[in-house]
Amino acid sequence: MSVVEANLEHDVHAHDEHEHHEELNFWRKYIFSEDHKVIAKQYMITGIFWAIIGAAMSVVFRIQLGFPGADISWLKPFLGKWITETGALDPNFYLALVTMHGTIMVFFVLTAGLSGTFSNFLIPLQVGARDMASGFLNMLSFWFFFASSVLMFVSIFLETGPAAGGWVVYPPLSALPQAHMGSEMGMTLWLLSMAIFIMSSLLGSLNYVTTIINLRTRGMTFTRLPLTIWAFMITAILGIISFPVLLSAALLLIFDRHFGTSFYLSEIYINGEALPNVGGSPILFQHLFWFLGHPEVYIVLLPALGITSEIIATNSRKPIFGYRAMIASLMAIAFLAFIVWAHHMFVTGMNPFLGSIFMFLTLIIAVPSAVKAFNYITTLWRGNIVFTPGMLFSIGLVSLFVSGGLTGIILGNSALDIQLHDTYFVVAHFHIVMGAASAFGFFAGIYHWYPKMFGRMMNNTLGQLHFWLTFAGVYLVFFPMHYIGIAGFPRRYYQFTSFDFGKSFTDLNMFVSIAAIFTFFAQFVFLWNFFYSMFKGKVAPMNPWKSTTLEWTTPVNVGHGNWVGEIPAVYRWPYDYSKPGSDVDFIPQNVPHSQTPESNFPHENAYIAQEKEIEAQNYNDQFQAH
Amino acid sequence: MAATAQPNVKNVWLGGVEPMKASYGKLMMWFFLVSDTFTFSALLVSYGLVRYSYPAYAGKVVDFVSSPTYWPIPEKVFDALPFLHGLHAPLIFVGIMTFILIFSSVTMVLAVEAGHRNDRATVEKYMLWTLLGGATFLGCQAWEWTHFIHGTEGGTVIKEIVDGSWVSKTVFGANLTVNQYGPPAFADFFFFITGFHGTHVFSGVVLNFLVFYRTATGTYERRGHYEMVEKVGLYWHFVDLVWVFVFTFFYLV
Repeated sequence: MSVVEANLEHDVHAHDEHEHHEELNFWRKYIFSEDHKVIAKQYMITGIFWAIIGAAMSVVFRIQLGFPGADISWLKPFLGKWITETGALDPNFYLALVTMHGTIMVFFVLTAGLSGTFSNFLIPLQVGARDMASGFLNMLSFWFFFASSVLMFVSIFLETGPAAGGWVVYPPLSALPQAHMGSEMGMTLWLLSMAIFIMSSLLGSLNYVTTIINLRTRGMTFTRLPLTIWAFMITAILGIISFPVLLSAALLLIFDRHFGTSFYLSEIYINGEALPNVGGSPILFQHLFWFLGHPEVYIVLLPALGITSEIIATNSRKPIFGYRAMIASLMAIAFLAFIVWAHHMFVTGMNPFLGSIFMFLTLIIAVPSAVKAFNYITTLWRGNIVFTPGMLFSIGLVSLFVSGGLTGIILGNSALDIQLHDTYFVVAHFHIVMGAASAFGFFAGIYHWYPKMFGRMMNNTLGQLHFWLTFAGVYLVFFPMHYIGIAGFPRRYYQFTSFDFGKSFTDLNMFVSIAAIFTFFAQFVFLWNFFYSMFKGKVAPMNPWKSTTLEWTTPVNVGHGNWVGEIPAVYRWPYDYSKPGSDVDFIPQNVPHSQTPESNFPHENAYIAQEKEIEAQNYNDQFQAH
Repeated sequence: MAATAQPNVKNVWLGGVEPMKASYGKLMMWFFLVSDTFTFSALLVSYGLVRYSYPAYAGKVVDFVSSPTYWPIPEKVFDALPFLHGLHAPLIFVGIMTFILIFSSVTMVLAVEAGHRNDRATVEKYMLWTLLGGATFLGCQAWEWTHFIHGTEGGTVIKEIVDGSWVSKTVFGANLTVNQYGPPAFADFFFFITGFHGTHVFSGVVLNFLVFYRTATGTYERRGHYEMVEKVGLYWHFVDLVWVFVFTFFYLV
């Protein structure tokens, strides 16, 4: 607490330091930096690192699923003793791989990687702040994430392997070390890593929300915030409310594992021996887990939707359709996220009446989701669409959001779920709607804001190529997977060759695996483009996409403190594209209405009177130094 | 901080101003407390779920005897007082603990109020009282845990099946695996939730001490405001409020 206060003092003088252009040493500038832009890049690089590992893992288990028992002894340098004598993948390690793939992708890539990158990068730049409310806590947030990453990474190399009970770590499998080798040290490290991850997420979220509330620049009312910021704020609130419940669940699980309590355990025989644990309930863990787990889906998805809103409006050269409806639907989705968790548990033996309530609430989510989907489409409708790579990925996201959302309506039905639960249908559904869609949001964001991050442009042709390969790849992987699921293939199985019904789907599984390997290698186009452009890309202009938001008013290479001189004031909403009467097709947020009489709507002339008031509105911390 | 110096702004949501006159530090504390509310709620809901999976004691209260087959009556379990061995004083000790903790919230309010007046000596005084209250509560909890762990003289005879035949044994006190007062789950949750709360109280005491120290050395006086007192005050009241719920669910109902 005292550190926070010390930092608070520091913040007041932040502006002075900026004026002096005091050079920080290497460690303070790039490693233990308190600058939100550097922290964002740290999150991004760590996220990309994890994404490569997570995706590579999926390729390994996809080889096993498409080509059961295939000889992969060429992977021995990586997998060592996890390759059996016949050269096949060890079944125990298969379980570990699917578990780690889920954990890594959900938490480390799409939660920390996506929110950590874009919330950190865009919030101060788009609300008009010199930095996050607390740079120190922000730095701490990244280093907690880093520590949690290190623990998770170390767990992969354990003798007994990493956690292997599925990313949902249901007890009793995860609670009893004797249940599976992955439930030994691997599970211990998993829980430890997640506990630290939750602290990191909390510190980050606290910063995002308070920065948005307190550090908006003059004139930046909540209804002038870009939709990215709305999405980031609601995501952060979801995290603040849902992650602590996972913390509680994890702490109770740690006690069950190490201190002999029976919170989740009751009446268990293992290897013919009765365990002394009585009185707990494994279903309790599922409730606690999914109280986080479901909002987590939206923690992953909402930032991507916010990014998409911004990019689609910019590149359609049209105002976003239904700005307030977009905010309302974000809020509605966030609210509903907390009261639908048991739709993951329809087959746990819950009361069918309760199931019908959760089904009803779940299906309501289709309404705000459809509002968003239609608003994207109506924004695109008759726009002067510019197909930048960022735009392509945003449109791709809308496509995935629609096709993955539709299967969500099927799965939300508690009767249909009895057939489809834990099959590849579920896997296909959530990979499209939250996995691929959010990853598309991540790519879209990187392509769109890369010029602001590194002062250089990414290669457009390679970007387009990357999009089409990925877009085709994702559908080729996950569309056939629905059929595999309907046919009844359960997820997480090592192989299906022992079942007769499995044989008729061997070629489809093979097809999915080949498509997955193809999609994996397509990402190297992106990686090359990303790292090459950092050094050799074309130098970016100040506002390459002709966008209206504040980040494009900063210098090409943004320094500490973001703006040289005063922070711009904001006079209008962020979507004045192709405004009738205006001779330019976009009017940035910092242009007063008094300067654009030709394009003002009648009601906007009233805002001219407010301009003096806005300019006088310099009371918060970052204006104090003036 | 800027909050104190802020003039009367006409439009608090227009940007360039802290909307609720709350500094970012105070806002962060509030959001943290929202988060922590959910941590405790999850634990208390879990407790409720397990508790109601057990039958309640059905007989007359006076005839109550402990058994692992039904949930105990709290006032029969928590009825001891230090130095008064054998006395049946239902919930008296925990009542005193609760009173002390709530009273320390009162002194915290007084410290915050003195901070608003920049009255350093009074802040010091009431921070000390708050510290004393917090430390006393922790001491009481330590005694209560010790008593709970050691158990009563007679213990409870528990019958269980070992290798297919019934075996009786006498259990004294409780730990995370056996419990003389009722089902082991009762002790599990008791230790976990009061322990988790106690950890919060302990962190609160540490924070309070830091704030007391910085008040006493004049840090806040030089800074010109005592907002730090207010922030740890928020935390302290929260910890108190949580105790009210823990007390209600563990001892009263």
